[in-house]
Amino acid sequence: MSGFSRIAAALVASVLLSAYLLLFLRAESTYTVALLLACGVAVALALRAKPLAPLARAAGSSRALPPFGLLGVVALALLLRDDAFSLFLVARVLVIALACLGLHLQFGSAGVVNFAGAAFFGIGGYTAAVLGRGGAIPGALVLLAGGVAAAVIGSVLILPVLRTRGHYAALVTVAFGILFRTFLEVNDTLGGPQGLKLAGLEIFGLRLGDDLALGPLEGSFLVKYVLAAVVLLALGFALVLRIERSFVGLALDAVRLDETAAAAFGLDVARWKILAFTVGNFLTGLAGALSAYLVGFIAPNNFTFSESLIFVSIILLGGIGNAAGVPLAAAIVLLLPEKLQLLQEYRYLLYALLVMAVLLFRPGGLLPRRLRRWEAGGAA
Amino acid sequence: MGLLAQYVINGAMLGMMYALVAVGFSLFFGVLDVIQFAHGDVLMVGAFAGLAAHALLAHLGVTSPALLLLGVLAAAALSMAILGALIARAVVLPLKSVPPINVLLMTLMLGTALREAIRLFYPGGSQPQRFPSLLPGTATAVGALTLRLDNAILFATGALLIVGTHLFITGTRLGLAIRAVAQDEETARCMGIDFTKVVLATFALGSALAAVAGVMNGLYYNEVGFGMGLLLGVIGFSAAVVGGLGNLYGAILGGFLFAALQTIGAAALPFASAYKDVFAFGVVIVLMAFRPTGLIGEKASERV
Repeated sequence: MSGFSRIAAALVASVLLSAYLLLFLRAESTYTVALLLACGVAVALALRAKPLAPLARAAGSSRALPPFGLLGVVALALLLRDDAFSLFLVARVLVIALACLGLHLQFGSAGVVNFAGAAFFGIGGYTAAVLGRGGAIPGALVLLAGGVAAAVIGSVLILPVLRTRGHYAALVTVAFGILFRTFLEVNDTLGGPQGLKLAGLEIFGLRLGDDLALGPLEGSFLVKYVLAAVVLLALGFALVLRIERSFVGLALDAVRLDETAAAAFGLDVARWKILAFTVGNFLTGLAGALSAYLVGFIAPNNFTFSESLIFVSIILLGGIGNAAGVPLAAAIVLLLPEKLQLLQEYRYLLYALLVMAVLLFRPGGLLPRRLRRWEAGGAA
Repeated sequence: MGLLAQYVINGAMLGMMYALVAVGFSLFFGVLDVIQFAHGDVLMVGAFAGLAAHALLAHLGVTSPALLLLGVLAAAALSMAILGALIARAVVLPLKSVPPINVLLMTLMLGTALREAIRLFYPGGSQPQRFPSLLPGTATAVGALTLRLDNAILFATGALLIVGTHLFITGTRLGLAIRAVAQDEETARCMGIDFTKVVLATFALGSALAAVAGVMNGLYYNEVGFGMGLLLGVIGFSAAVVGGLGNLYGAILGGFLFAALQTIGAAALPFASAYKDVFAFGVVIVLMAFRPTGLIGEKASERV
């Protein structure tokens, strides 16, 4: 299929997806939500059938899909500009997707397990809360500091993570996640169980905490947070996709698939694992910092082990090793329980059963990992 | 001096409970090379099964504490043995050929489902439930130290169970089969061992031990709640891994070590006792850096 028709397919796909999300977020009754879900599942199944499959593949493999998709989200945010709750949900999905992009780099590319995603997310958040308190440090720098802090604190885990494998490595991160949360809970200088409050973010003189007033466009301040999240997610995607397509991605794949073979071919296994672990934690911390500003306050209860599990289930549900699955799975995992208010009481039960069903019947996730394609003139 | 002894007794009780949980993790890892992360929640369901059995027996007019205790323990252990075998059959065995992380997540989600099921469907399950005290509360003073009879009974029960498990694994035909499967599944199959049966039996055994630990926990703290399994499960897992997965003695060692770390963190170190878990998990991370396959490590060399 030609490049042009691929771009067209990606454009159509983004428009349809954004429209669907708009309908979904606007749906009030549980029945409408159920109907929309049924439609979504039906379309997803139809896309795998013969006549539509090539189109879906063209859209999915197009490099234009991520930018179009993010533009679709921007349009969505502008259309929803008065609906604070929906905007908050959209921003949250984007922020969590960014955090999971970090985990994707660790689990999906390098095969480094990390069950402390929420802890690194929390490190970013607490860094932002502490540094942003006085308002003396520019907002962009505070966000960046959140990511850097997560990467730096994560580096104390590098030695145990490198030396252990499989379940032993899992324990190291599990222990760290619980340690972090307990530490926050008993530490008074960081607010203890009550947590810390944050003022609105200010980036390059733009106050994100004030309501939107852009000429004729007026709406909730959350529109700005959605835009900020879109920008960060776009940068995150650009970084992760560049890494995957480069020689670094090839090296990470080799390390994940067979450490011994990779070492035998002269790859420095430790170096690539450290790289993936550190860059991944940076992205998760960055997302955590933005999330803290978005919510306006942080408390240890937001960074429990269960929260880390939700992160891991997002990348597993999306399909380990496929970055495109991350936002999709984040949207499903975060929006579904909010929209099924009738089932509020049962949502965690249903959610656990849903993930178990996916693991049993579709172990590769919703969008399974794609094989690398060889393209003339470069590794891809 | 009396205070310190009290800390030691408390630590020993905790260590016994952790060891019982860790033995389960280690057994499962031995036969299937998987981590059954719902184990802590199986423990919690076991405690609630004991609670339900107590309510039923009390309703039937049983008043003798000994009979009640026996009934509670039997109900918890039996029902969890069945649940454990079911979990192995329905959730763990079908995932035998997928990456270990899928199994890990699968059992974690199963744990969430169990937790939520108790919270939603057990009468009053969303609140902590009072666990009846079924043991005599007599206390004897030994010097400055008070020894409570109920604690002594709990400790002895745990010790007996662990010794019993050890004798079972080393002395019976089924135990031999479990060890054979743990050592080499294919060879064991060739020797005519029914692999599935051994796996189910192992899961039943480990889950029954967890159920007893759950009842012990309830008797010790006089309270059970739907969330009690999460931390106990993680601690049991840490204990099993620090000791060395697949090794029974490692699990016991790990369990007591973790309790000792918590006790040291609470009693002997200069900072506030609230940091005891931070200290214990911190030491676990450091230990993993120096002994990456646990204290009593697997002898593993990779075949290429």
